[in-house]
Amino acid sequence: MPTFIDILIMAPEFYLVAAACLLLLLDAFMKPEQRPMLHWISIVVLLVAIYMLIAGQSEQTVTAFGDMFVRDRVADILKIFALLTTVLVMVYARPYLIDRKLLIGEFYTLMIFAVIGIMLLVSAGNLVTVYLGLELLSLSSYALVALNRDARLPSEAAIKYFVLGALASGMLLYGMSMVYGASGMGGTPSLDLAQLHNVATYTTTPKLLLFGLIFMIVGIGFKLGAAPFHMWIPDVYQGAPTPVTTLIASGSKLAAFGMAYRLLSSGMGDLSQHWQLMLAVLAVASLAIGNLVAIVQTNLKRMLAYSTISHMGYLLLGLAAAGPEGYAAAMFYAISYALMGAAAFGVMLALTRAGFECEEIADLKGLNQKSPWMAFLMLLAMFSLAGVPPLFGFWAKVLVLEAAIHANMLWLAIVGIVFAIIGLYYYLHVIKVMYFDKPAEGSELQAKPDASLRVVLSLNALSLLVLGLYWGPLLGWCRSAFGL
Amino acid sequence: MITLSHYIVLGAVLFCIAVAGLFINRKNVIVLLMSIELMLLAVNMNFVAFSRFLGDVSGQVFVFFILTVAAAEAAIGLAILVLLFRNRSTINIADIDSMKG
Repeated sequence: MPTFIDILIMAPEFYLVAAACLLLLLDAFMKPEQRPMLHWISIVVLLVAIYMLIAGQSEQTVTAFGDMFVRDRVADILKIFALLTTVLVMVYARPYLIDRKLLIGEFYTLMIFAVIGIMLLVSAGNLVTVYLGLELLSLSSYALVALNRDARLPSEAAIKYFVLGALASGMLLYGMSMVYGASGMGGTPSLDLAQLHNVATYTTTPKLLLFGLIFMIVGIGFKLGAAPFHMWIPDVYQGAPTPVTTLIASGSKLAAFGMAYRLLSSGMGDLSQHWQLMLAVLAVASLAIGNLVAIVQTNLKRMLAYSTISHMGYLLLGLAAAGPEGYAAAMFYAISYALMGAAAFGVMLALTRAGFECEEIADLKGLNQKSPWMAFLMLLAMFSLAGVPPLFGFWAKVLVLEAAIHANMLWLAIVGIVFAIIGLYYYLHVIKVMYFDKPAEGSELQAKPDASLRVVLSLNALSLLVLGLYWGPLLGWCRSAFGL
Repeated sequence: MITLSHYIVLGAVLFCIAVAGLFINRKNVIVLLMSIELMLLAVNMNFVAFSRFLGDVSGQVFVFFILTVAAAEAAIGLAILVLLFRNRSTINIADIDSMKG
């Protein structure tokens, strides 16, 4: 029977579910002119959830509902940053939504449900919770992508996202069913990740287990957006409304890391010598395809989509190292990518206005003359994504490369460095367009006067510089989560 | 005598039909939704078979969750399909190609 302690451990999740349901009701009974209030209410709701997570941290790992739900420091850190990036997305989205008459309650409730999905996923202690968290996140994201109902591109992006996402879930589930079966051959069948950890030692059908593992890795690859399972990323990034793209680029990546960690390390840790090589292959393919195809893109959202694919390659370098050091580096990378992605898309959102989408690279021509501060913030985001010292992205790259070398995968680290240099080209191209090209005739590039957006975006981009100079505490926090 | 492996082979065949339906079909988005549903049912077949033959009930409980989520998934998929048809007056897969590269 569930006890009061179980509910206390899951308090932030319960609170968010209740708040999301209340927001739905509030939206239904509010007068139309009061609707914009929902924006501030949702942000307060999320900030309270962050406070609850920080205040309720415990030193030990605690589990609830018969090990279905695990609350450890890994989960807490990922949840805090997922909530934080969701707040960022909401702040950046407001002017965009107002201009397009999309400031509706559905956006906020779907965002909160998506973040609840992320929180369940990163806390999963059982294959059932992994699946439910993943689907809650995915279903909310599909609906969010299709939020702008009358436009052509979003509905196309949504159907592509839906079909490929459902295919990925199907693959993942098929793998889970095989692992469940293998765990029952020669032992008690179990869906519990902690009990699955040493299945490899007793199962009488190791081939069935490996077969399931391969399907699960395909599912994880899809959700991370690692090549060769990356087909949906560019179309969804380009077609989705930019605030939703920001959520998929930041919060969802933290969730994908959490899912990979739970399934591979907590669940299939004993098989690490098998999945290490598979992840290494995915990493190399992602680095190559992401960095090379990004070079020829003219659409900034599409370019950032391919850059995401390459960043997932770096994240996989850390995971492929398959040790606490590698996991800590990969988590640090996921956090840094979430903040960098939010900043880059935030600048694009600040420059869009009614009737004008800032999404081609050429749209940024001469940004430095029109709005030097926005150009500087974009410069920070681009240099950080490229991994230029002393910015945040540089340390994240150094750490995953170091983890790969310590795991005796020097070749993988060399591939990573080569593609980091190739990747520099397209980030620098954006900076060249902003600083050295003349503004196009009649261009009206102007940053939004929205004060909350300007302040939060500046803090977000400057945090890349500050965390690049003082990365120690955050790294220490990540390493402590893995017992280092 | 029907053994566990018969069920697993049936599940695998259903799964392959579903994946083939997703990749070979070039005509209609509704067939894609049907394939997705078939894929989840193939997984359910596996879970129920393992659960029954290994004498553990948790696999069947998982099947309830999968069925519920599949219903929600179909609802969202059909809603997106309606949007697509309203914006383009076609659900032919070959025509859904505004974004490339």
